[in-house]
Amino acid sequence: MSIWLVILAIGAITFATRLSFILLFSRMEMGSFLQQALRFVPPAVLAAIIFPELVLREGVMDLSPGNERLLAGMLAAVVAWRTRNVLLTLGVGMAALWLLQALSARGLFP
Amino acid sequence: MDVPKEKAAPESPDENLAAGAASARSQVLAGFKAELPLAVGTIPFGLIYGALALGTGLPASAAQAMSSIVFAGSAQFISAQLLGQSTPAIVVIITAGMINLRHALYSASVAPYLQHLPSRWKYVLAYLLTDEAYAVTITHYQKESRFSGVGNKHWFFLSAGLTLWITWQASTAVGVFLGAAIPSGWSLDFTLALTFIGLLVPNLKDRAGAAAALIAGVCAVLAAGLPIKLGLVLASFVGIAAGMWVEARK
Repeated sequence: MSIWLVILAIGAITFATRLSFILLFSRMEMGSFLQQALRFVPPAVLAAIIFPELVLREGVMDLSPGNERLLAGMLAAVVAWRTRNVLLTLGVGMAALWLLQALSARGLFP
Repeated sequence: MDVPKEKAAPESPDENLAAGAASARSQVLAGFKAELPLAVGTIPFGLIYGALALGTGLPASAAQAMSSIVFAGSAQFISAQLLGQSTPAIVVIITAGMINLRHALYSASVAPYLQHLPSRWKYVLAYLLTDEAYAVTITHYQKESRFSGVGNKHWFFLSAGLTLWITWQASTAVGVFLGAAIPSGWSLDFTLALTFIGLLVPNLKDRAGAAAALIAGVCAVLAAGLPIKLGLVLASFVGIAAGMWVEARK
């Protein structure tokens, strides 16, 4: 499938999701089971994306201090928790990653 | 002695606005003002998205078109990344769809306020229903007011949505333009994980939500070896089930 078809499909699905209940509201009530399941979609999907990005290096699990992304990501999580600020989380996380990479390139860390 | 709860006519313009009785024009202005700080906050993400999308090998035209066709930052990030890793189309589409499922919640939440509108309004506002537009709009709709009517508040929604739309198109265009100038040694792909950490962590409010995240995360790592990134979809479903299970045991 070409990239353009994929983009169109994602656009159509996104639009349909946003339109769903606005259009259907007058005709149906959202079931409580579905409503409950929807509540857990964001934490589940986000974590499923985040964890492998932090823990896997070229497909292999690396929980050692030499894994710069894991350390930077954990620091970012603390910043996110304390400040609830996405931009600050991003800034601190990237700065930490660059610092750790620079240190390890010079043999200073870990 | 009870103070009589006579409802007087609103006096200040602010009250009028909250009540939704204000003119369409002042609703548009208020929507713009409310959305502006959030829109400015998305500029760095737009820049990073544009640069990241080019870095994954996506053509500039496709990277920019995604901003107007999809118009959903986090879904665009992950789609660009997956497309760059030549992930099968169906997996990219399902993943982006799941990332955007939260918009169904927004849709359900604003739906009662839009029922009086003609269909064309519903379609336009649905297209503009991003995280940032939803955040200010639902607050505006729910504001305590002497009138409970929704009045002209859809103009506020439209204005907030368009403010974000214009900002997003412009910032991703600049990112796409500058993209080639950004060296790969900068590890810009890591911004995806960091952005998602910033969205996830502050919203872990209870045990059930935390369980959904933890189980999904661990499953995703364990299932990462599965072909065509199926682990991501599988882990999401296991995490959702875990959250519902913890919730039901309460």
